[in-house]
Amino acid sequence: MEYISLFVKSIFVDNMIFAYFLGMCSYLAVSKNVKTANGLGLAVIFVLLCTLPLNWIINTFVLQPGALKWLGPQFESVDLSFLSFIVFIAVIAAFVQLVEMIVEKFLPSLYSSLGIYLPLIAVNCAILGGSLFMQQRDFTGLGESAVYALGSGIGWYLAIVALAAIREKMSYCNVPKPLKGIGITFITVGLMGMAFMIFMGIQL
Amino acid sequence: MAQKLKETILNPVLKGNPITVLVLGICSALAVTVQLKGALVMALSVIAVTGLSSLVCSLLRNTIPNRVRIIVQLVVVAMMVILVDQILKAGEGTYAIDKQLSVYIGLIITNCIVMGRIEAFALGNKPIPSLLDGLANGVGYGLILVIVAFFRELLGSGTLFGFQVLPAAYVPNNLVILPPFALILIGCIIWVHRALDKDLQEN
Repeated sequence: MEYISLFVKSIFVDNMIFAYFLGMCSYLAVSKNVKTANGLGLAVIFVLLCTLPLNWIINTFVLQPGALKWLGPQFESVDLSFLSFIVFIAVIAAFVQLVEMIVEKFLPSLYSSLGIYLPLIAVNCAILGGSLFMQQRDFTGLGESAVYALGSGIGWYLAIVALAAIREKMSYCNVPKPLKGIGITFITVGLMGMAFMIFMGIQL
Repeated sequence: MAQKLKETILNPVLKGNPITVLVLGICSALAVTVQLKGALVMALSVIAVTGLSSLVCSLLRNTIPNRVRIIVQLVVVAMMVILVDQILKAGEGTYAIDKQLSVYIGLIITNCIVMGRIEAFALGNKPIPSLLDGLANGVGYGLILVIVAFFRELLGSGTLFGFQVLPAAYVPNNLVILPPFALILIGCIIWVHRALDKDLQEN
């Protein structure tokens, strides 16, 4: 039951885009049509789902204050949490590189449709942000962090596909010249965000 | 030479502003602008990180193998961010702000401005111009951040830097504090910027 509420909460209430603005750069850059948005969204879900539990393991057994206790009693007072930024980003970058190589070797058709987005994901703030939120909120288990990763990935996916669909229709509209392109996109995302605000009061 | 340096400094602030023209580094621009103080600290942190990591990457530019350059850049940037984060945590007045900025300080690592400037400028230029380019881009980013935060704090709480500015009879507009308004505000800034500078308009 707890897992379901965390799952729903991370999709709608704590939506990565509308509540925290994470992954905005690629969100705005790659949402010109639904097909590419679809590819990037799926890639984000996949990478989040793999790196977040991995970072949870590293955080719990290496980085947290007192996490190195399993090595012996003399390590009990070691606190490596200041290293977390560099470790998390290294894990994400290495994982993305690895996935890219595996997909290229074994699934060439998937690579040609997804391949160009994979390197982009290493610097997508939604991925690093997920890991940092995991650390900040003290998730208690591997299952919890995996559910959170899946939920926030799906939330990001929904947001980018919705925006891409709106932008496809909007290309037929007569927008004032200075607002054309990125300006009107910002305002659209703002209005979508307001619509998502209705989920804020929900207690789960 | 002097002309070129001047252009390096002025261009990122106006014609090639990282936020309104290149649309890089939006995430943090929106999240930390509820209050002017937080926005200012964030802007200074980003200026320090872009400047220093451009400098370091430019010094290393002839020794980094091309294939692994992304990871090397990420490590350099992450190191600078850790330094900034530790300094903010250590300062007495800044600790509360560091808590308030929460994960967004850490997210400077993935701020596209930093990586973008290293890729586009620092890897092909000498250290001093790279340092200036990094600093100038940070300033261009900070400028937008401060403008957005100014309006959000003024209209949302009637204060500036925590001091009451508008008369007490002013009813704060709660919509301004909510995240979506930041997006609309940046949309309006882009609107004004492009109306003034016709070269930037898209077709």
